Amino acid sequence: MAHDVLLAIGTRKGLWLATSTNGRASWQLSGPHHPMTAVYALAIDTRRGLPRLYVDTSSEWFGPSFHTSDDMGTTWQEQQAIKFPEDTGAALTRVWQFAPGPADDPDVIYAGTEPSAVFRSTDGGKTFELLRGLWDHPHRENWGPGYGGQAAHSVLPHPADPRRLTIAMSTGGVYITEDGGDSWRPSNSGIRAEFMPEGEQMPEYGQCVHKIASHPSMPDRMFAQNHGGVYRSEDAGASWRYIADGLPSDFGFPMVVHPHRPEVIYAFPISREMRCPPGGNCQVYRSEDAGDSWTALSAGLPDAFWNAVMRDAMCTDGADPAGVYFGARNGEVYGSADDGEGWQLVAENLPDVLCVRAAVV
Amino acid sequence: MKVTVLLPGTLRASAEGASRLDVELPGPVTLGAVLDELDIRYPALGKRLRDERAVLRRYVNFYVDGEDCRRLGGPATALHEGTEVQIIPSVAGG
Repeated sequence: MAHDVLLAIGTRKGLWLATSTNGRASWQLSGPHHPMTAVYALAIDTRRGLPRLYVDTSSEWFGPSFHTSDDMGTTWQEQQAIKFPEDTGAALTRVWQFAPGPADDPDVIYAGTEPSAVFRSTDGGKTFELLRGLWDHPHRENWGPGYGGQAAHSVLPHPADPRRLTIAMSTGGVYITEDGGDSWRPSNSGIRAEFMPEGEQMPEYGQCVHKIASHPSMPDRMFAQNHGGVYRSEDAGASWRYIADGLPSDFGFPMVVHPHRPEVIYAFPISREMRCPPGGNCQVYRSEDAGDSWTALSAGLPDAFWNAVMRDAMCTDGADPAGVYFGARNGEVYGSADDGEGWQLVAENLPDVLCVRAAVV
Repeated sequence: MKVTVLLPGTLRASAEGASRLDVELPGPVTLGAVLDELDIRYPALGKRLRDERAVLRRYVNFYVDGEDCRRLGGPATALHEGTEVQIIPSVAGG
């Protein structure tokens, strides 16, 4: 069955939108939308039926702004700014993540930000409120910035329990709340912090977890791409087990779960030293057994690919078979219409790609 | 006291297309007070000039009668009747 699919591509200098109306055989590209702004965070929220795009744009001159579109990017509405309360003494650098909340409450959306914080909107993005329990957490003074800045870049709302939320920060690691954001506890048991001295590499918190992901049908099973190491948790993040055996490198940024098969995950390994695919071999790795084994997927992907894929620059759509997409720092975007078996170039010569999101529309 | 703010092209969309804005406030008036007034009139403009702590955006320059406000008193710079505040994006954007 042919699906109409929207693929949104956030880059360092604006947003591009690719649409396919022929089963993802070809794509029409529009853009740049919001030119000369870095788009680190975008979401395509399909919970209302009519897709709504959420986009954070940050200008080097004029700071961050937040826009929505209800007509597939034809028009944009600049929304009220997401602001830190005055008493925090903080200012928003940018939003790193928009995460729609549970399917049955389409007015709830979360924003993970730099500096590390999580905001929640309960009115469809008109206003956002800082979750104070995380902001006031006593660990905060020990969360340091990585190269990309100190941010809460991953937000996983529980699909059924609105009080439960799992996030990941660089640095800081995984934190969980079970009371709607009032209290938070670190949840990094088993995840290594390789940038710490020997003997101190398994701290309670402080890891640089690059991305976490889970499938809504199995929310207690989570996957993490760490700053060194790929991990799985079967107990809602309470403990993590190393699952990178079979990958050419355990370093990388994105981690994506198949939209319909919760045991299928995708990673894009890059070398620890070069921050490019080992040997320049552009390969997406897929596991069909939750990380116990991995298969390299490269049909249609280029050779001599000396580029990295950023933490939010890989995604799936909701189609069946699933579309899988990734964008790289060289401005190329690839897509697969068959769970990752074969790939085609969707866009090229864009600015470096920071994030992609796709949905059947 | 009336002062005039001149906007660059890239900011006019945030001020309903205006290239110059007259601001009239009871004196004495500082640059910060003028920016407060702009923030009330045009919040989308205000947040592009200062963050939520009211700190001037690093790569936005404010010239007060031709002098960079950062060489004067910053947001506390005193303005006078007829002062022109010219806002110019600075050197950024690789």
